[in-house]
Amino acid sequence: MRYAYTLENLGCACCAAKMEEAVRKIDGVRSASVVFITARLVIDADERDIGDIERSAAAAIKKIESKVKLKKV
Amino acid sequence: MFGADRVARIIAAAVFFAVGIIADLRFEYELAIFGAAYAIVGYDVLLEAAADIWHRKPFNENLLMAIASLGAFAIGEHMEGTAVLLFYQIGELFQDYAVNRSRGSIKSLMEMMPDSANLVTPDGVVAVGPQDVHIGDAIVVRPGERIPLDGTVVEGRSMVDTSSLTGESVPRDASVGDAVLSGCICVNGALTVSVTSEYEDSAAMRIMSMMDEAYGRKSRSEDFVTKFARYYTPAVVVAALMLAILPPLILGGAFETWLYRALMFLVISCPCAVVISVPLAFFGGIGGASRAGILVKGGNYLDALAGVDTVVFDKTGTLTEGVFEVLSVHPVGIEKEELIRLAAHAETDSNHPIAAGILRAHAGETKRSNVKGMEEIRGKGVAAFVEGRTVVLGSSCLMEEHGVRPIPPEEFGTAVHIAVDGAYVGYMIISDRVRKDSAHAVSELKRMGIGRVCMLTGDCERVGRHVAEELGIDEVFTDLLPGDKMAIVDRLIGEGRKVAFVGDGVNDAPSLARSDVGIAMGALGSDAAIEAADVVITDDMPSKVSTAIRISKRTRSIAIENIVFALAVKAVFLSMGALGYITLIEAVFADVGVAVIAILNSMRALRAPRVRKHAEEGSGRALPKDPAALMQEHI
Repeated sequence: MRYAYTLENLGCACCAAKMEEAVRKIDGVRSASVVFITARLVIDADERDIGDIERSAAAAIKKIESKVKLKKV
Repeated sequence: MFGADRVARIIAAAVFFAVGIIADLRFEYELAIFGAAYAIVGYDVLLEAAADIWHRKPFNENLLMAIASLGAFAIGEHMEGTAVLLFYQIGELFQDYAVNRSRGSIKSLMEMMPDSANLVTPDGVVAVGPQDVHIGDAIVVRPGERIPLDGTVVEGRSMVDTSSLTGESVPRDASVGDAVLSGCICVNGALTVSVTSEYEDSAAMRIMSMMDEAYGRKSRSEDFVTKFARYYTPAVVVAALMLAILPPLILGGAFETWLYRALMFLVISCPCAVVISVPLAFFGGIGGASRAGILVKGGNYLDALAGVDTVVFDKTGTLTEGVFEVLSVHPVGIEKEELIRLAAHAETDSNHPIAAGILRAHAGETKRSNVKGMEEIRGKGVAAFVEGRTVVLGSSCLMEEHGVRPIPPEEFGTAVHIAVDGAYVGYMIISDRVRKDSAHAVSELKRMGIGRVCMLTGDCERVGRHVAEELGIDEVFTDLLPGDKMAIVDRLIGEGRKVAFVGDGVNDAPSLARSDVGIAMGALGSDAAIEAADVVITDDMPSKVSTAIRISKRTRSIAIENIVFALAVKAVFLSMGALGYITLIEAVFADVGVAVIAILNSMRALRAPRVRKHAEEGSGRALPKDPAALMQEHI
């Protein structure tokens, strides 16, 4: 399943690339992409894992750019 | 995120900064005034930098700016230390503004999803989420609303604005019986629509997920800048360290001079301008293309399009309309009506465009129960048992395979021969109209310098050559079976050509997938084509192939301009900084100024196709310059 999120207040392109890398490293994530310009994060993962992944992703993103909020579409 | 407070902070800091420069104060007062300006404008940068150290994430923009500005204070350059953060923040403000503007224009393309649908229920019309509407339900679309799901109009009449799907600005008329696609806007009337697709499969949803993927798929140059950034920043930081330590030790110069130059390196070391500018150019290109009704599935394909030197068109449904009509019937020893009746029955279950034409030509009904064992012989025809008789119809080569000798047709067009129980009973001439836009499409490609334009067709040589001549195509491959098309694409690629294959997607999926760039046309309805193609043209204009190539070339040159410009400025400023020719303030320009300029440049990619589109419409109709001709057009 593919899950899409918006990243509110995403301000820096370099951070977007770092976030993508960080989310990809989370267990259970098959693929992930952060697109700076549309401020969207798309994660491909199993339904049963997505809850945990979402939490880890939000934390990882906050670490990179603290004002960014993960919002489910 | 760049609200009034941010602007207010910049202004307040700028006032302090100006006072600090103009007033001739004692050292302590000057330090206090610049310190205040510095704190006002830069406290968030310092906080973020501290957080980055806490999280052990080195080489962040914030951290670099914090070190550079604090370093300047440390060596007594208060004014410059403040200037670094002040100008950095101003630059960031511009950068955010520019990014947000281009974000806005790209997002508006993605906001074609309506969030509710007006479902017709026994208790009246109820607003529900579009995912709660299912095939067969009826929905009402009021004037000004977006059509939430694909369907067929069952009541009402309205002009429908399809621009978000096709880029076509002239609204289309939709009335009872017409198919309408989600994402289009009902302009002036209310429509009742019988839904024909689930929400997940609707045209708008499909485009949305395609765009999502497209923006995620990176071009080669985007990969390059990401990799570049990974090495660039640490390299410059290390260089800065060496610059601060080595020259004073070796040359014995003043420590502070070299520290100052090292700080300059830190300011210039942020790779953001380079990293941001290239993807932005590609996003602009993808966004601009989709405005023109061309959906590109990723930056890498936009990149590849620019290098295409061979365009291969499939004929039927691409250069021609794919709508076949029976022009004439030539029976041999059989009634004309009987010939059509048998042919129509044999073709009942075929979804080939030719079958549709034959079925249309048959006035009476076809009884499916009378047909057994229908077999489709790909690229040749069909065979079936109709009322106990064996009916074979198709190309002359199929006839010969069944031991029947067909009469060579005299007329122009595609001949469909028919044999009943092994005896030849005649043929029909079926023809397909060439699209109005096709000749223009070919001439545009040639004008752009595309070396080879080829046409592939399953038709016989005579028909194929005729169409090719009419369109100005010089290379044509005829009598092909579906598998042969891919072999030809393969061969061209083997010759070292960069091949774009353009097809309507009905049975071109293998060729679309095999070519360097697969372009599907008018294919919003076909899953297989959308899957296999790299570029989807949402309407029926083959000339958009050249538009797409033009957009891609333009995008690529903008991306290259950005990389070269950003790298060149950084290289110049780094070397001048090392020699002591510039100040920290100019170094800040080399960082944020370049980013802003690159972003503004990227936005041209988004605007490009609109201008092109007008130009195209003009040349498409061969603008008559003669006033008399203009008058005639008006009449």
